[in-house]
Amino acid sequence: MSKPLLEVQDLKKYFKTAKGQLHAVDGVSFSIPEGQTLGVVGESGCGKSTLGRVVLHLLDNTGGKIFFDGEDITQVSRKKLMELRNQMQIIFQDPFSSLNPRMTVSQTIAEPMQIQGKLSKEEINKRVLELMDTAGIARRLENAYPHELDGGRRQRIGIARALALNPKFIVCDEPVSALDVSIQAQVLNLMLDLQESMGLTYIFITHDLSVVKYISHEIMVMYLGQMVEKCESKKLFQSPLHPYTKALLSAVPVADIHHKKQRILLKGELTSPINPKPGCRFAKRCIHAKEECFRKQPELREIYPGHVVACHCVEEINQI
Amino acid sequence: MEQRENENLLSVRNLEISYETDSGKVYAVNNVDLDLCRGETLGLVGETGAGKTTISLGIMGLVPNPPGKIRNGEIFLEGQDLLKTSEHEMRKIRGKKISMIFQDPMTSLNPIDTVGEQIAEVILLHEKCSRAEAHRKAIDMMEMVGIPGERFGEYPHQFSGGMKQRIVIAIALACQPELLIADEPTTALDVTIQAQVLEMMDGLKKKLGTSMILITHDLGIVAETCDRVAIIYAGEIVETGTVEHIFDFTMHPYTKGLFGSLPSVAGEAKRLTPIPGMMPNPMELPKGCKFAPRCQYKTARCEEEQPVLAEMTPGHLVRCFAVQDGTCQPERQKEEEL
Repeated sequence: MSKPLLEVQDLKKYFKTAKGQLHAVDGVSFSIPEGQTLGVVGESGCGKSTLGRVVLHLLDNTGGKIFFDGEDITQVSRKKLMELRNQMQIIFQDPFSSLNPRMTVSQTIAEPMQIQGKLSKEEINKRVLELMDTAGIARRLENAYPHELDGGRRQRIGIARALALNPKFIVCDEPVSALDVSIQAQVLNLMLDLQESMGLTYIFITHDLSVVKYISHEIMVMYLGQMVEKCESKKLFQSPLHPYTKALLSAVPVADIHHKKQRILLKGELTSPINPKPGCRFAKRCIHAKEECFRKQPELREIYPGHVVACHCVEEINQI
Repeated sequence: MEQRENENLLSVRNLEISYETDSGKVYAVNNVDLDLCRGETLGLVGETGAGKTTISLGIMGLVPNPPGKIRNGEIFLEGQDLLKTSEHEMRKIRGKKISMIFQDPMTSLNPIDTVGEQIAEVILLHEKCSRAEAHRKAIDMMEMVGIPGERFGEYPHQFSGGMKQRIVIAIALACQPELLIADEPTTALDVTIQAQVLEMMDGLKKKLGTSMILITHDLGIVAETCDRVAIIYAGEIVETGTVEHIFDFTMHPYTKGLFGSLPSVAGEAKRLTPIPGMMPNPMELPKGCKFAPRCQYKTARCEEEQPVLAEMTPGHLVRCFAVQDGTCQPERQKEEEL
């Protein structure tokens, strides 16, 4: 395995609200080797998008460290951060609101290069056309405005813009959720091809488990701001250990009428992340919860090599 | 076939709906035939803009006019042609015989009315009963969808997305309709909540004997909840049959393409085979087969002539020349266990 490009230690992001501290991201640690994809899954409100933004330091973190290429980006000067940002990009969920409606396709893709100010006008124009080819946007659309294009094409512009400065690392925040399945498949394949040809490293944030399985090397499952399980992608689907992961996987409808599976129905919904009570945050919805679970927060433990789980009862549940 | 005709709750024949816009005529629904038996669930599957929602608005008599216009067709509900029914009569049918659940639970509830009142409103409108009785029935409905009756007096913003969708379902089922049209009822919900809501809907449907048209783009949901399926592309049904037909003998190249685009949860992660290109502009539909520009089986004939929806095996209809002459063979969808 190559060295980690990104390493995050005990990352915390709390928001102040009228009702108290909202623990959006609470003590998350992970590292991603260069050229690999970490999938982050969880339901709405689990803090996965906040995590993506904090990792890029678009939001200040409340605690913890973020090492990008060996440098702690929470400590570097503003100037240095701007430099590092060239190598870190983000693709947003909604291709309708993440593009400036008053800029044409070529202006949108050129903007990061103009801000960086290293290339001449001619060089930028040439690079814009290259990027459009890479992302699969027809050259005739160079002067089109976003409203003239459909969701799939707009998302390709978002991808082309993210690639403009030759980044090493891209945070993809639900990049295909707003797209139809046939277009979604086109965009996913494009992202895999780009990773292969340019050696990109991704954090892929999504709520769609089949998509995350398709694109990730490793998957991290989040629940109310915390990591509950992380392991290699295939293993997570083969033998999930955490009761939440099990319920999540069993809830996905499978497109096969002969595939009969036991569904674990969770009671209730996500509780509030504001001033969370001590103990396991999933305990209230967990069928295995014991007295201990409500009292003490479970530590992340490595159950098998590379497979970490935060659950007091993991051995008992899985008969390890 | 004769016998099935008699049991039909809903029959749609030659339905054509278009929207007149400044830039031209949008052919949203073209020549659609649908049949729904009592107690059955029919899945309408297709991508954005395929015309699924317009079909259901047509059945409800809610196509916005202008710009929408039902150009042709008949919609029979228990033998009564809804297209010939007056608006006054339709108001009695909507909410009573046919109900609809919309995609977004956040916007389909009235924010300034309590949820209980909103359920009671439907009952008061359609049933001869006192206000107190309507209240009691509304509380029963809330309990039935799994919300404690004491939350009767709360407002929509006090509920989460999954709970709001349950309220919407309670409103739709309050008068025990014969037909429930559910337009992407769980798309806005998280998977664990989706599983709860689908399970609940299935239970209620069985209990009340409601027939359902389920509009979705998720083939996983179709596999789990539907009896029959109609695949819609560019306003037309391209393939229809039982779930066994669609999943075990997938015939139409578009249906195959949809399956090829789905990343698998249960099976091995293999490279996706997306459908190239995009859906045609509904203002300038291709002359021949509407799927021809994206189809790998395309021949000169497909570009010139419109294929008809032909019955390949009893109950399994496909609109494709390549399937009809045997060049495109049926495929079986199977998730391999790891």
